[in-house]
Amino acid sequence: MNKLGSPQELERLRESIIRSSEPNRPCIIICGGTGCVALGSGDVINTFKQEMQENGLDSKVDLRVTGCRGFCERGPHVVTHPEGILYQRVKQEDVAEIVSETLLKGNIVDRLLYVDPETGKKIVHESEIPFYARQRRLLLANNAKISPDSIGDYLASGGYAALNKALFEMSPERVIAEVKKSGLRGRGGGGFPAGRKWETCRRAEGDTKYVICNCDEGDPGAFMDRSLMEGNPHSVLEGMIIGAYAIGAHQGYIYVRNEYPLAVIHAELALKQAKEYGFLGENILGSGFDFSVKINRGGGAFVCGESTALMASLEGEVGEPRAKYVHTSEKGLWDKPTNLNNVETWVNVPLIVSRGADWYTKIGTQNSKGTKIFSLVGKVNNTGLVEVPMGMTLREIVFDIGGGIPGGKKFKAVQTGGPSGGCIPESLLDLPVDFDELTKAGSMMGSGGMIVMDEDNCMVDIAKYFISFLEEESCGKCLPCREGLKRMRQILTDISEGRGEEGDIELLECLSTTLVDSALCALGSTAPNPVLTAIRYFRDEYEAHISDKRCPAGVCKELIRFYILPDKCTACGICLRKCPVDAISGAKRMVHVIDQDKCIKCGTCLDVCPERFSAVTKGSSEELDVPAEPIPVTASKSKTKASDKPSTDSEV
Amino acid sequence: MTTVTKMITLTIDGQEVKAEKGAMVLDVAKDNNIYIPALCSHDSVSSYGACRLCLVEVTKNERERLVTSCLYPVEEGLVVRTNSERITSNRKTLMELLLARCPESKEIQDLAKRLGVEGTPFPLEEHGNCILCALCVRVCQEIVDVSAISLVNRGVEREMAIPFYDNSDACIGCGSCAYICPTDAIKMEDIGDTRTLTMPNNKTEFKLARCKVCGKYWAPQKQLEYITKKVDLPLDFFDTCTDCRD
Repeated sequence: MNKLGSPQELERLRESIIRSSEPNRPCIIICGGTGCVALGSGDVINTFKQEMQENGLDSKVDLRVTGCRGFCERGPHVVTHPEGILYQRVKQEDVAEIVSETLLKGNIVDRLLYVDPETGKKIVHESEIPFYARQRRLLLANNAKISPDSIGDYLASGGYAALNKALFEMSPERVIAEVKKSGLRGRGGGGFPAGRKWETCRRAEGDTKYVICNCDEGDPGAFMDRSLMEGNPHSVLEGMIIGAYAIGAHQGYIYVRNEYPLAVIHAELALKQAKEYGFLGENILGSGFDFSVKINRGGGAFVCGESTALMASLEGEVGEPRAKYVHTSEKGLWDKPTNLNNVETWVNVPLIVSRGADWYTKIGTQNSKGTKIFSLVGKVNNTGLVEVPMGMTLREIVFDIGGGIPGGKKFKAVQTGGPSGGCIPESLLDLPVDFDELTKAGSMMGSGGMIVMDEDNCMVDIAKYFISFLEEESCGKCLPCREGLKRMRQILTDISEGRGEEGDIELLECLSTTLVDSALCALGSTAPNPVLTAIRYFRDEYEAHISDKRCPAGVCKELIRFYILPDKCTACGICLRKCPVDAISGAKRMVHVIDQDKCIKCGTCLDVCPERFSAVTKGSSEELDVPAEPIPVTASKSKTKASDKPSTDSEV
Repeated sequence: MTTVTKMITLTIDGQEVKAEKGAMVLDVAKDNNIYIPALCSHDSVSSYGACRLCLVEVTKNERERLVTSCLYPVEEGLVVRTNSERITSNRKTLMELLLARCPESKEIQDLAKRLGVEGTPFPLEEHGNCILCALCVRVCQEIVDVSAISLVNRGVEREMAIPFYDNSDACIGCGSCAYICPTDAIKMEDIGDTRTLTMPNNKTEFKLARCKVCGKYWAPQKQLEYITKKVDLPLDFFDTCTDCRD
């Protein structure tokens, strides 16, 4: 491949790629994102290749492996083109049927279709599935269409046209003005206006400047940046090249988690291709602008997602944050002006440049423009990546797109913004999701994590989990974060184990204030959010733990007890056999009894007791009146007879 | 070439003071006899910002915020407050955390008293007196230039240590770390011909050199060798101690 030397050459290449492709040529599209790979899409792909060859289809039907489609819990996904039929949870053994039925005869394999949990109806086309239908996929759209290792696919979809426009039709100042006008705010957590940051960096003194792409996504359960980098790496590069041109940087870095192997591979490949085609290196597309990118793999510390810690790590120092009173846009990497944005922010840039700020600002709310990708996980029916316009309400995201709470349980809260975000209660479900509204509610946008919780989640336990996570990930440099998080975790542990005292809530609040006010970096200063919001919205739950030694959600082991109800127990013996610590006594026709001193509260008895008996119950604080020793089975006998197959009990 | 330093005016606790542009608020306050507590700061080494006790409130463009004065550069028209209620309440919590971490440290107790902090609500720990301020690490790296010690591990596991907790070849026994330590967590003792340096995780002994004139043991042999090499002095340069030279 000869380097493209002019914008005309790029457009001619694009035209020839598009001309040689047949838009309606049949194609099997298989998801090769990490989620689907983990679920076995590698075998599905290989089997498809084999089956298509055996059926003589390999010259008639294309096969394309794409990036993540976002609906990961339903993977591996197979989509037929041009029909758009979506087969979900496809296994190796389903492939032959798809080939013989759909590819050869044009029939639909009914059993592999998605079933709408609400209506019970099967849905044929991907676009009709509520999970997708309510989304507005601008950034993720290409993930489902192009092969991440093909620069040709990216070019055919209009890739690098924005770069062409920026380099040849816009001055650097004009690019910055457009990004400023678009209102784009950083998607990594801070929400700082990207255009303003670019402008400060451009105006900063010095000839050597850097741009950095932060792909050190570390929030538990978040994989927005991962999916973009894995599925559409050229869009990240294009954004970075445009940004470097606007800022006046000639060197860029991609800092990517080493735990994202596919993202590393695809970023490296994209880099190589971009160099070959002349999108990177000297005199890009004949414009006279030079820019190179290096990839650095992270060492595994959560705190390295913080910009100054990331830069320290890039420099080869220990990844610890420093004060940012002098902004990194003026003094960053090696003390040179540096502009850092995360993956999702960079991917917005080509869109803004090619379609214009006027188009972009029509999407979103007054101060939060564009779309945002959320990682919707936890107690919700449809988990996965959700891209919606800013301003959509939490209710729409959790219930319309997420399909509500599984198992008929009641929604309790949603944690937004990752471990340093806050828990938002049911009363605020109609909150429009944007940077400012989430902050007002005591949470934050963060990088876009959304963890849904139901009535079975305890808000003391949740806060303890997040604080423990942050304590473990704190670098330990500054006193309030290192010592303060440890103390908060200790207090929360005490509360959850029945040692809570009056004044604990106030002490937690006091420590929180000190962390917010005095921690060195955002890890520490935002760390109290889960505790503060939990206390703000679920104070009664904290008080129940402290005053009544009761866990209303029945989660905190030290505060709950398991009981076998004498009027329901049929003495089937399952719980007795399954109890791992032999805490249950009983005999044939004798109601079983749990020895509370021996019980480790693992909940096995509750899980294994057949649903039609439901003889095991979980209680907190209130002592239930159950026999201390096994007594003869009474009322429960009739129930045993009433059930259809009592004899199978022992086989459960 | 002479560099022109620009002087600016700022206000600290209502007092108008002049300072060089870019100087740190903490240093400017100190120069003007305004007390701001700090444990991890020292004139000889770079600022670090770990203890957070030097928090002050700055007002700029009508925006008020808390900053660490050891790292915040002064500028024209800056208004600084060193003792608002918000600051003292934060300092109190920070001192309580320190008191619980190093309950035996006299320096921490004295500072707590000075700041009006009576005790701590947190369970006491046994870490010794190290507060992880990294002054020892910075002096060893920036002044002595041997980098014999560092902070190891992350978060609550963090501690000051020499490589692999083993006797370090790099350490020259100069004792700068003991000298700069604000809480006496590193101790140095010279007995006879031996210097013992006791750190939180290690104890190292150094042979002391004897002055040819007065016969006193006066400095670690390793340190003298290091200096002669570093500044290219004749090997016998330190045969006599500094007292016996003119």
